[in-house]
Amino acid sequence: MDAINPVILIASLIVASTPILLAALGELVCEKAGVLNLGVEGMMIFGAICGFAIAVETESPLLGFLCAALAGAALSMIFGVLTQFLLSNQVATGLALTLFGLGFSALVGQGYVGLKAPATPAVPFGPLADLPVVGPILFSHDAMVYASIALVAAVWYVLAHTRAGLILRAVGESHDAAHALGYKVVRIRLLAIAFGGALAGLGGAYLSLVRVPQWTEGMTAGAGWIALAIVVFASWRPWRIVLGAYLFGGISVLQLNLQAAGIKIPVELLSMSPYVITIVVLVLMSRDRTRTALNAPAALGRSFHASS
Amino acid sequence: MNFRLALKGAALAVATGLAGIASAQDEPLKVGFIYCCPIGDLGWSYQHDVGRQAIEEEYGDRVETIFQESVSEGADAERVMTQMALSGADIIFATSFGFMDATNNVAARFPDVQFEHATGYKREHPNVTTYNSRFYEGRAVVGHIAGKMTETNKIGYIASYPIPEVIMGINSFFLHAQKVNPDVELTVVWVYSWFDPAKEADAARAMIEQGVDVITQHTDSTAPQAAAEEAIAAGTRVFTFGQASDMLPYAPAPRIASIIDNWNPYYIKRVGQLLDGTYESMESWGGMPEGEVVIGEITDEVPADIKAEAEAMIAAITAGEYHPFTGPIMKQDGSVFLAEGEVATDEQLLTMNFYIEGIDGDIPN
Amino acid sequence: MIRLEKRPNPSRLWTALTPVVAVVLTMIAGGILFAALGKDPFEALRTIFWDPLFSEQFAAFSRPQLLIKAGPLILIAIGLSLGFRAGIWNIGAEGQYIMGALCGAGLGLAFYPTQSALIFPAMVVAGALGGWAWAMIPAVLKIRFGTNEILVSLMLVYVAEALLASAALGILRSPEGGGFPGSRNLSQIDAMANPELIAGTGMHWGVVTGFAAVIAAYVLLNRHILGYQIKLTGQAPRAARFAGVNPSMLVALCLGVSGALAGLAGLFEVTGPAGQISIDFNSGYGFTAIIVAFLGRLHPVGILLAGLLMALTYIGGELAQFMLGIPAAAIQAFQGMLLFFLLGVDVLSNYRIRIGKGAPA
Repeated sequence: MDAINPVILIASLIVASTPILLAALGELVCEKAGVLNLGVEGMMIFGAICGFAIAVETESPLLGFLCAALAGAALSMIFGVLTQFLLSNQVATGLALTLFGLGFSALVGQGYVGLKAPATPAVPFGPLADLPVVGPILFSHDAMVYASIALVAAVWYVLAHTRAGLILRAVGESHDAAHALGYKVVRIRLLAIAFGGALAGLGGAYLSLVRVPQWTEGMTAGAGWIALAIVVFASWRPWRIVLGAYLFGGISVLQLNLQAAGIKIPVELLSMSPYVITIVVLVLMSRDRTRTALNAPAALGRSFHASS
Repeated sequence: MNFRLALKGAALAVATGLAGIASAQDEPLKVGFIYCCPIGDLGWSYQHDVGRQAIEEEYGDRVETIFQESVSEGADAERVMTQMALSGADIIFATSFGFMDATNNVAARFPDVQFEHATGYKREHPNVTTYNSRFYEGRAVVGHIAGKMTETNKIGYIASYPIPEVIMGINSFFLHAQKVNPDVELTVVWVYSWFDPAKEADAARAMIEQGVDVITQHTDSTAPQAAAEEAIAAGTRVFTFGQASDMLPYAPAPRIASIIDNWNPYYIKRVGQLLDGTYESMESWGGMPEGEVVIGEITDEVPADIKAEAEAMIAAITAGEYHPFTGPIMKQDGSVFLAEGEVATDEQLLTMNFYIEGIDGDIPN
Repeated sequence: MIRLEKRPNPSRLWTALTPVVAVVLTMIAGGILFAALGKDPFEALRTIFWDPLFSEQFAAFSRPQLLIKAGPLILIAIGLSLGFRAGIWNIGAEGQYIMGALCGAGLGLAFYPTQSALIFPAMVVAGALGGWAWAMIPAVLKIRFGTNEILVSLMLVYVAEALLASAALGILRSPEGGGFPGSRNLSQIDAMANPELIAGTGMHWGVVTGFAAVIAAYVLLNRHILGYQIKLTGQAPRAARFAGVNPSMLVALCLGVSGALAGLAGLFEVTGPAGQISIDFNSGYGFTAIIVAFLGRLHPVGILLAGLLMALTYIGGELAQFMLGIPAAAIQAFQGMLLFFLLGVDVLSNYRIRIGKGAPA
């Protein structure tokens, strides 16, 4: 049996991780604004079908991704209106959003089962892609992979170094204080929710257009939940989202590679390994208590009402 | 619809004995189906639903079909079947292994309703039938093609759960690949799911990276075909087979043939028997002769001589001249499974829990 | 300009009325959805909400089924609600449900074919312990390392599912099943069965336990110091600490109790309605129960009603699917809408709606 080729493994784990990376990044921004949206799975799958449908109809993956982002944002606005204006409980509303999204996307997608999506091409890096090692790892992907990393950088920069980021974090830390300072808490949170929805939609479309690629009911198969977990795992830091998503995606791919390579480890252990290892790494990281606690937005999950 | 059913009940109550038979003839036969998965899965449940539509097409106004998709095992399945029986269903097809005990429980309560359970073995009541297809016959044919088509001598199998049905398929596939290509090696990846497109795609990619150039699967999505297509685009030579449904969008390559679950002949036959009064509960295990296992179009990627051999095998199995599990066959540990000329019994097949000689690796558990 | 003005106290009238308003709104929105799918909206809504309860054809069967479907939801949701009130987020009840079923069934099957009246009670204890132990993993990690319990409890669901598949295919596989996955049918073994207690009512030990949990939680929250501590911790964690509440104890208690109840639900399900351990034994009760807990506003009586309502939409939804040919996906979307409306109109019980330009509060 051949050993596993680490270069190809890394290249394929990047593809496997991008959907959860995108969704987790969106949720991070949402949570930084103090909103816990458990509806990621529902928004992802809605993005998956909308992106797929548009890409099939227009033959343009780019338009597909664009519409997936819009669709995710649109669906997230149900959550936004309910939690921000009608002050409903965020945990329950998010779960309801997942339920609704799964059902609604299946309805929308009834005519798209079994179709093929137009291919999303790799970015033409020319000779760079032929370089040994770095070529396959860095220069052989489609545009969304690079876009996802660029988005991480942008989110990191905005959160850490701009006034907008400061305001967003202030809203997430203490909405009352932010309100007292004259910031429009509800408006800011709605924007954050929409951003989260858009990225979840993109992540879903990455599944249906690149990673799988096809449309079937329930095809996200829990990816949205993993994205939620990755946010906690990353202790609300953008770059750690990359780490978390690649770690999780990497182990998921690795366990299949180990099987394919004929390594004799019990399959049951391999199939639960991504989850167990995530827990173990989280425990190791969270031993440093104070730092983790500092990053969790203090007002996470709380409803805000101006006159309260 | 309810109103009509209420009328049906009232009519029967008034005219008991006298016009009972006549009114039963006026009413369409009500045929119920329960599926484990959404019918949009394009795999297992989808093919059963194709069979349901075939019944409607065949018998028109004489039948009415009802169905419920995405039913969980256990209490949910039992409730759905009971409600279907209460709604006047005359026969109910429970199309997933997990519905086995629920089917028998409900059958006990409705002795006048016929129950048919797919892929199970329990028939605790006279109104329970079990039925299944000999998918291993299809596996034999694609195994033959795989053995001939591989250049790297590595063929792959994406497997769901380690149960006899799946193990039987793996053995049949490998046996026939090995017969035509003694150097062939089999890679099995267990994904522990019947349907998880992302995982199936990853499994296919992992195998392709290991040099596997012919992949078959016992999971339902087209994700492996898509992964193979991507590899072809990148210059790798890879072939796959459609599973459950034809998966024709991926022809002529990577999909070079397919094993189609064709339940239509069986469903049409059984409902027809119920309509004309010749129905009896039974244990049915059909295959190619009955038209239940169909090999989809073998594409031109497969050289003509290999295609001819495959078609000859299909003809031999269909004619009952060849059984894919005919000895000599050794088990993985070298002990004898079937002696020269010996043919496996159904019992041996249905309880198969070992790999045959030549397969590396262990079955989980 | 529409504004919300907080009521000094929740309106009793609106608290009672909001579910009705929500159901009416859902019927309108759902009716539009069904009409868009080409189905008669009135027939669809009647089939979902009325037929399971009152139609001659189905009610006698469906009414008891409500209890069977709602039982585990209520039992799990009660446990979860205690933690949710204190700000302790157990999202992994599904895993605890699986582990309860696995441990209980494992213990019972280990004694097969002994027939003793002690076996079932022992299995109940094992089921509760199994769920408890699985929930104590996030509890201990949280107490010892401050690890986030949402993530750990959620990840453990997937681990539990892998264990379930492994057990159904391996250690618990029925020796009489000819290599097929799945354990013996526990509901058909007298010593291990959790049968219907009164014929035709749907009452089994799980439903009884569910009702008992509702009462116990009500007493705990209203009459007991512990209930006060839970509520205080949720509302004002700092104040709770000054009041002498030990947060570690509370984490262990809330996660432990919710895990034990989820484990019990799993055990009663596997010995009764489900009957056996199989690969897909779990069907999402643990996740649905989270919704039930919040729909019931984390109040024991509310959870009881919310559980029954959810069960009704499941059973009525099934009828609508095969009687009217409405796709399962539409029913799921409809359930989602019902939840949206229930959660959305809740605002009326806590806030007044003011129209026009009032003075800013």
